[in-house]
Parts: sequence; C-alpha cells; structure tokens
Amino acid sequence: MVATHDTSDLDAAPVLVGQEATSDSGPAPRVVLRHLDELWFQVSGTLCNLECTHCFISCSPRNNSFGYLTLAEVERALEESVRHGVKEYYFTGGEPFLNRDILPILEKTLEYGPATVLTNGTVLKPEWLERLRAAEDRSLYSLEFRVSIDGPTSETNDPIRGPRTFARAMKGVELLCRHGFLPIITMTRTWPDEHDAEVLGQFRKVLAQHGCNRPRLKVLPRLKIGAEQQRTCGYTDTERVTQQMMADYDESQLVCSHSRIVTSKGVYVCPILIEEPDARMGNTLDEALGPNPLRHGACFTCYLYGSICTNPSSSKRE
Amino acid sequence: MQLALFGGVYNNWLALESAIHDARRRGAEQLFCLGDMGAFGPHPDRVFPLLHDHNVICIQGNYDDSIGNDLSDCQCGYTDPRDNYFAQISYEYTYEHTSPASRAWLRDLPKEHRLEADGLKMLLCHGSPRQTNEFLWESTTSTHFLDSLADEYDADVIFATHSGIHWQRRLDHGRRFVNVGVLGRPENDGRTCVWYTLARTGSDVSTDSDDPRLEIEFVPVEYDFARLAAEMRAESLPEEFVETICTGWWTTCLEVLPARERRRGRF
Repeated sequence: MVATHDTSDLDAAPVLVGQEATSDSGPAPRVVLRHLDELWFQVSGTLCNLECTHCFISCSPRNNSFGYLTLAEVERALEESVRHGVKEYYFTGGEPFLNRDILPILEKTLEYGPATVLTNGTVLKPEWLERLRAAEDRSLYSLEFRVSIDGPTSETNDPIRGPRTFARAMKGVELLCRHGFLPIITMTRTWPDEHDAEVLGQFRKVLAQHGCNRPRLKVLPRLKIGAEQQRTCGYTDTERVTQQMMADYDESQLVCSHSRIVTSKGVYVCPILIEEPDARMGNTLDEALGPNPLRHGACFTCYLYGSICTNPSSSKRE
Repeated sequence: MQLALFGGVYNNWLALESAIHDARRRGAEQLFCLGDMGAFGPHPDRVFPLLHDHNVICIQGNYDDSIGNDLSDCQCGYTDPRDNYFAQISYEYTYEHTSPASRAWLRDLPKEHRLEADGLKMLLCHGSPRQTNEFLWESTTSTHFLDSLADEYDADVIFATHSGIHWQRRLDHGRRFVNVGVLGRPENDGRTCVWYTLARTGSDVSTDSDDPRLEIEFVPVEYDFARLAAEMRAESLPEEFVETICTGWWTTCLEVLPARERRRGRF
C-alpha cells in the first residue's frame, strides 16, 4: 500500500508509508526509531564549492536540488526537537559555510545542545571562527568541526576533491586549531582496508606539522551512490540487508535507529539517502518517526560498518 | 539521608579503601558503587573484599558484564586502534587476575538500582538508564535529552558514571542528573586525586543549599597513588597507565572525549 501526505513544498517528493521493498530474500527489514538522539540539518542543501568525485549526494556549485535552510527553519526544528529529547545536532551539506545564516544557526543551536558541523575546510574565515569560539565559550556544549580530507597528501586527496584542495583544507585545519578547536579529520577510505594504520599514522605526522598536535581521525567507508556510483560502480542487487542478516544484529549501529535529517524538502530518514525519494518521511519531525525499511545499497554499507555518521564520543556500540 | 556514590573502581583498590573511610567519616549511611570494578589498575581481587566488608550496594558496569560473562573485550566501544590496543591490555590482565568466584559475582550484579530517599525517586545506573556503556559527557548531552530519560525512567535523580569525569545538570521539575565521577583514575585535570559523590536529602541537606530537597557534593579523594603506581609497575602494566595515575593526565582512551573535555587535558 502506498499512501501520500499533502505537502506544502511544491517540489517535495510524496511521502511513502508502509511500502515494502522486496528482494529475492523477502521484504526489507524495518528499523524502528528507538529515540531521536541526533538531529541532522542539510543546512546548505546540495550546494558545495567543491565537486568531489566520490560524493554520495552529488553535491556541486550547480546542484541546487536541495536549498539552504534559513535560520527560522532551523529554529523551528530546534524548538520541535526539545519535545523529542534530541541529544545532539549535526550540520552538513554541501558545504555548510556557504550558507550565509550558518553563524547565527550554530550560535542558536549551541543554546539547545551540542553541535557538530561537517565542512571541507576550504572556505573558513578567521572572523567566523572568532565568533564561533565565543559562541562555544558561552555554551554548556561542545562545538565540533569535522573536516573532510581524503588522505594525508595532495596526491591522495586532490584527484578526488579537486586541485589544491589538500593545501586549502589544511589551511582550514590550521585556522581551526589556532582558534582552539580540535577538528576531527574525516576521510573516506579510497585505499584497501589493511592500509588504514599506515594512512592514519602518516596523517598524524602531517597534522602535527600543521599545528594540530592532538589529531582526531575518523575513517568512513565509501558509499556507492551519487557521484561515487559514477566514479567506480554502484551496489549490486545482492548488496542489500535481508531479514536473516538482522538476527542478533545490534540495530543501534544503524543511523536510522537514532537519527533523522531536516532538509529544504522536508524530513528524511538519514543524511545519506536524501536523494532517494522514498527516504522522505514527512514535513515535520512528528511525521518522520516511523520505521525505516532498509531498501537501499547504502543501508548495506551502514549495516557493515556501523555508526558511520556520528562522532566517536557518541559511539553506540552495544 | 546521606548516601555515598562511587563510580568506576578500575582495580584502584587503594582509592576505594580511602573513599570508603572518607564517606563513613562524613556520616554516609549507605554506600553504592555504579560498576566497572576492573580495568587499568593492579590486583582486581583486592577490590571485592572491600565492597563486601563495607556492604557497598553494587550495580553492573560494562566491564563487569564482560568479565563476568567471559566476553572477549570490555565493551567500551572505542573506535580508535590505539585506544583499543590499551583497553585490551587492561582487559586481559583484569580477566586473568579475577577469581572465578568474583567473576560469578560480577555476572549476577543488577544493571540498575532504585531507591526512594525522602520522597525522591533515585535511579542508579552505569552509563545511562537505557544502555550500560553509553557515554553521557557534559558537553555532548542536551538538557532536554536528560529530561526525556528522567520522564521515561520515572526518576527524580539519575546517578551514572562510565565517562570518568563528574558533572551534574539540573532538569525540569527540580529533577537532577549526576555523573558521580570515578575512583579508578584521575579526571584528566593534572591532579592525582579521584572523585566520588555525596547525596544528601531531607534533614541532611545543608541550610545554605539552594535546593532544599537534594544536595550534591563532589568529594576529591587523596590516596596513596605512589603505592598504586609501584604495584602497577610490578605487575608490568603499561607505563602509559602509570603516568596517568602519577600526573592526573589521561594518556589513553582519548578518542571518545568530546572537544571540550579533550581540550582540558594535556594529550
């Protein structure tokens, strides 16, 4: 059965309720939202100053399929989130610092709870970081920066993220450290798993040379959707989560068991699937609390690696 | 009523001994330990007689669940390889030096304890009421999230430990969340003392307390850390652990710290 809700967004996709995706191994397992721990904001939509070849949502300077969120829209969701007992707030894009409202948005959020912003680090300005330094100092809560850099050298990073992006991002890291932030460097694994230790070791040395003497590193798996699907390949039909795979599985590892994301087109199930129309769950948080069928190839990656979107301080391993 | 609440002991039997004597001297009527008896320090089996002899009411931490049920790791959920390397050293040492009788006792500990003190419903847990190994850091836990826990678990006061640093937050309707700290290692502040918590209710609340129903006091405990360090070295435990005991700065298990708590430390 497919039911649709009326939406006020003209370009919003219909909300699918009760739809069962099926494969050879039966209907997709449904994951219940245990508690809305993390509320994400697609704060700059799909707009980014970079055009990374592995981006899982095809962000670029020209992709405006999702737009910027305004301060008023974020405030509305923050207020709604109080009733749901949300623990932390995350901001992503695109590049969040392209949004002209990002400073007041982060300042307002820090009145509600901890905030994490995912940035490519290439557009940060000292005067912005001074303001955010003051905002964090006023708040009870942490302001975390996660900076995406795909490897410890320009040779590994730049072919993916664009010419000179390694040098520009490292300048951003230096700026963050100078303002007393401890950025978490996130890198998408475009090398064999067994090279992780070597890459991380090399990255620690490079970061120390740039004034980051307490490096915090997070490796992310590749998600074979969006631009990455074009760069390498997409998921095969067999790369899906099945009912059998859920036996004795710790569901808290799945982002959809504890998160939702607010976008300019409504609330979606998780930050990874916003380009999938069936991942839209409603206009408001109240409408977006239902179970999520694990229909997509990206759900398979989330299943395999677990906790891929949250910070290490909020690890949910049971 | 006056209650003493101890957090993770981490085999630091010398700090536990000092904390018990300090709490008794201050008139605590009942002692509680919120779990994680093992980890990090020397001689796990020296902790249990102290807990038993002083009638400390204990609940189970993730470490206790692991040791008691012969699991392969401590279930702290670290994501950093270096953190996991050191966590595994202390876990294997603790497992090998915990007697079968103590393991059985750890296995059977309850995951929470509830009591009512002067009309306040108190819930004692390890990490959070909903998950034993959940880290509730001061800087990454919103107040409305804690309110939702107090609602869901029907508690006026929630006591927890696990993260290793004491803090408290006032909630709606006069309720409170309290992280009682830990006895096992210093708080990453350059001091060698460890911490426990006194909770006073009813007629034991001081006249200058701004909350007439509940007064929380975080108590620093000085103990013979040099002796603990010597015992750790004699047991060939990593020098990184000894350094933390002697300097008060954390050297391991750092990646789970949020930015604000991490900045306060040296490493």
